[in-house]
Amino acid sequence: MAFKRQVGRLPIIPADAQEFNVTCHYCIVGCGYKAYTWPMNRQGGTAPEQNKFGVDLSEQQVMDAEAWYAPSMYNVVRQNGRDVQLVVKPDVNCSVNSGLGSIRGARMAENRPSRVTGTQAQRLSDPLVWRNGVWQPTSWDDALDLVARVTAKVVTEGSEDDLVVSMFDHGGSAGGYENTWGTGKLYFESMKVKNCRIHNRPAYNSEVHSSRDMGLDELNYAYKDYTLTDTIFMLGANSMETQTNLYLNHMVPGLQGGARMVVVDPRRTLTIASSEQYAGPENVLHLAIKEGTDLALCNAILTEIVDKGWTDAEFIAASTFPDGVAVAQDDAHPASLGSLEHAMTACRLSLDEAAEICGVPAADIARAAEWIAGPHEDGSRRKCVTCYEKGIIWGNDNYRTIGAIVNIALATGNVGREGGGVCRLGGHQEGYYRPGDAHVGRPAEYIDQFLIRGLGGVHHIWACDHYKTTLNASEFKRVHKRRSDIVKDAIDAAAGGTREQVVDAIVSAINAGGLFVVDVDIIHSQIGQNAHVILPACEANEMNLTSMNGERRLRLSEKYMDPWGNAKPDALIAAGVAQAMERVLREMGNDAYADQFKGYDWATEEDAFMDGYNKGNPEVTYERLRAMGNNGVQEPVTGFENGQLIGTERLYSDGRFTRHGREDGKALFCAAGWRGWQAPGKAREQAAHRFWINNVRANIFWQNQFLDQKNDFVQDRYPHPFVEMHPDDMVELGLNPGDLLEIINDNGVTQGMAYPMPTLKRNTVAMVFGSPAGSQGNVVNPGVNELVLPDYKHCWGDIRKISDATPQTAGISFKSPEAVL
Amino acid sequence: MKCNRLVDVGRRQFLRGGLVATAGAAAATVVGTGQAQAQTALALVDYPANRLANIADLAANEPMDIGYPDADSPGVLIKLGNAVDGGVGPDGDIVAFSVLCPHKGWMLSYNAGDRTLNCPGHHSRFDCESGGQQIWGHATQNLPQFRLRVEDDGDIFADGVDELIYGRLSNVLA
Repeated sequence: MAFKRQVGRLPIIPADAQEFNVTCHYCIVGCGYKAYTWPMNRQGGTAPEQNKFGVDLSEQQVMDAEAWYAPSMYNVVRQNGRDVQLVVKPDVNCSVNSGLGSIRGARMAENRPSRVTGTQAQRLSDPLVWRNGVWQPTSWDDALDLVARVTAKVVTEGSEDDLVVSMFDHGGSAGGYENTWGTGKLYFESMKVKNCRIHNRPAYNSEVHSSRDMGLDELNYAYKDYTLTDTIFMLGANSMETQTNLYLNHMVPGLQGGARMVVVDPRRTLTIASSEQYAGPENVLHLAIKEGTDLALCNAILTEIVDKGWTDAEFIAASTFPDGVAVAQDDAHPASLGSLEHAMTACRLSLDEAAEICGVPAADIARAAEWIAGPHEDGSRRKCVTCYEKGIIWGNDNYRTIGAIVNIALATGNVGREGGGVCRLGGHQEGYYRPGDAHVGRPAEYIDQFLIRGLGGVHHIWACDHYKTTLNASEFKRVHKRRSDIVKDAIDAAAGGTREQVVDAIVSAINAGGLFVVDVDIIHSQIGQNAHVILPACEANEMNLTSMNGERRLRLSEKYMDPWGNAKPDALIAAGVAQAMERVLREMGNDAYADQFKGYDWATEEDAFMDGYNKGNPEVTYERLRAMGNNGVQEPVTGFENGQLIGTERLYSDGRFTRHGREDGKALFCAAGWRGWQAPGKAREQAAHRFWINNVRANIFWQNQFLDQKNDFVQDRYPHPFVEMHPDDMVELGLNPGDLLEIINDNGVTQGMAYPMPTLKRNTVAMVFGSPAGSQGNVVNPGVNELVLPDYKHCWGDIRKISDATPQTAGISFKSPEAVL
Repeated sequence: MKCNRLVDVGRRQFLRGGLVATAGAAAATVVGTGQAQAQTALALVDYPANRLANIADLAANEPMDIGYPDADSPGVLIKLGNAVDGGVGPDGDIVAFSVLCPHKGWMLSYNAGDRTLNCPGHHSRFDCESGGQQIWGHATQNLPQFRLRVEDDGDIFADGVDELIYGRLSNVLA
């Protein structure tokens, strides 16, 4: 039986409840929500004057009503030291979502830690230090002192290259401009750490190098372009699941207004199924290519557009580089860049050649080209908005494939104009503001391999759980555990020693191959099992947090509750580390180095914002952002007039492209020649195993389920990670729905739960990414591109049954997710 | 003294239990020893027991429109044709659900082919054979199911709901 909350009544928000602006801290869309808080001893009433909505709540509310909230939107939280009632519900006045909630964001209230209702009791409340064989709760001073003493000793006896840092670079959640600045200032200004990586990839690098090298920021449109366009061209993305309200509130109105849609994806996604319902199947073209062949497909589409004369000659002449090669191919550039003519020398591919490579009919590729660029019957130009995400970013040949996608948009003049844009769809919100990272280098160090090779002595981890979200995870986990256990054993052996003796023991263990691990997170994560110091952080709304969404919409998501226990904003934790470093280094007599750690006297997250983001964007302050509410302002901010921040609706509307730093303002095309499997080991693995293991996302989970792993509604639906399979494949392997299975290849093993999916191709499976109960990364090989971008999406393995369905898995629904209307 | 501490521990666990339990505990603290509990202080929603239909009125896999707890809360009564967890009647196959999507309140439609309720607005769907579990969708709860009992004469009564119904902050309106 499905999980039910058994709630038949909720407290009513009183008319005078406090109101806060909230941007959903999960996906990049950043839906607007409103938080309402009020004292425990008060409640609103059903009469209009007694409730926040001013409506009669003794009557049934109609569909899409503002005046309703679900039990998941209610909780009791701590605010200024007192328990208060809380409702967090979608904001009908936010242009991003217009009152729509997602299955993720509409559970924000329920996913708050509460002593009263017991939700999210997994949240970390105090610093923990490995002592006496367990993690002992302790004070910030004690924990930070140990972090600083070990770190300072290692980087001064060796160098800053012995400090390895894993740190988020995103907005929302625990990221945002405040926290990326705090960590960035610590590691890129006070220190020059180059051995660092980002939460979701094994190096410190861009996910879209080629777009930027070609002159285009990857978020260049406005969401409204989806409603103004003629064609939506989507590759390797599934927005109905993963950018839900961008799809429902912007793409669907476009489709209902007559736009067509081209979707490139090896499997039939829910976005395709829903788009067929909204637009009519005759207006949705699904190119179900063989995995990893997007580049060949894009090159054939570009060739068709060029040969048919559907390019935008005026735009190309005015805004793109005219003369051959501008940037040669080299170690930092996996393809040369230059004029369209130059790019075509590498990109030219016939429809028939592409049909053979991609496994789709040539006529469908031709039709895609026509839908993207063919003029209207009256000869007028067709508008097309192009979007892509993890299927491309974590796919085969990242640099050239993104380059090939951007080529099409440039050739057709679909950038900087209404109904255009060529953008990644995004995962988290953005919120990056850090000192320069040029010292990291390009290509950047492959950090996972650096650690596996036994290098590095101290590992600072900020809200990353590589156990669930890295590639080659089986090996990474084995080595990380072995190295951190060396240090744990040394600490245990030094029990009873002074701080100095314990630090000496730790450093000796590091010199013997050990790794000292500091984990900053909101929960005790899986990689946190290897930590020697665990520092509790807080999330958005437990602090004020600024981020921007996928159309560069900057908002202040306001603090409405206290941090859990003694947790702190990451920015202030980074400041604490810096201050402890300064003190310890001065004690060590290293005054010059100690001085580099000055400048962290921040009392609040707003101080960190003013020290970082505001210095580069002096118009933007908390007060002004608060006044801009949930609609915020689209970056870049260009001024402040009449009490309003002035933003930028879409980039490059003047036809000048600048992301690559070229003074001529000309965009570059990418000579993105097709070369088959780019990453090492992929072709061999494909040949050796029966199943392609596609890793996919589901709307119900946020990221690696760090909060959802303790959410009953979510875990009731999927008690184990789903592995969708064709029913005929299940029969052949003796699998029934809900049976547990394991996926095996040379990289490792992972496990999940069989879920029949008749729309899948035979011998392919779709496994949910990042599950705590089965990491798909275990079976992904270490192959990356020239710039250390991982190819998570291409992994092959064999499958065998572990057990019959458990009582939990036997009880869930295994029906198709496609709505039948 | 020891006894009192145990009581406190018990109460704290009770408070942790959830939203409804919280309301119950709050009510318990204001009711003094030996005092009768006032009607207005009831902790739980007081559901009516309404006759929805007789078993003889139902055909297998053909939903019947109903309203529960009142006419403004539309639902369906379905004899699924095969026994399900939570089903009532001699065949254990009779269930009833709200048909207001708990995402945005659009009216769900029944698909007899796979015994699901589907939302035309945003494509959420719910499995009538799995207690209204959301198969896929945007709602943050599974579909409210009406608790049923069947009398000896075949009359089917509803007397409870297991989730908050869309569009009302109290399942039984004031």
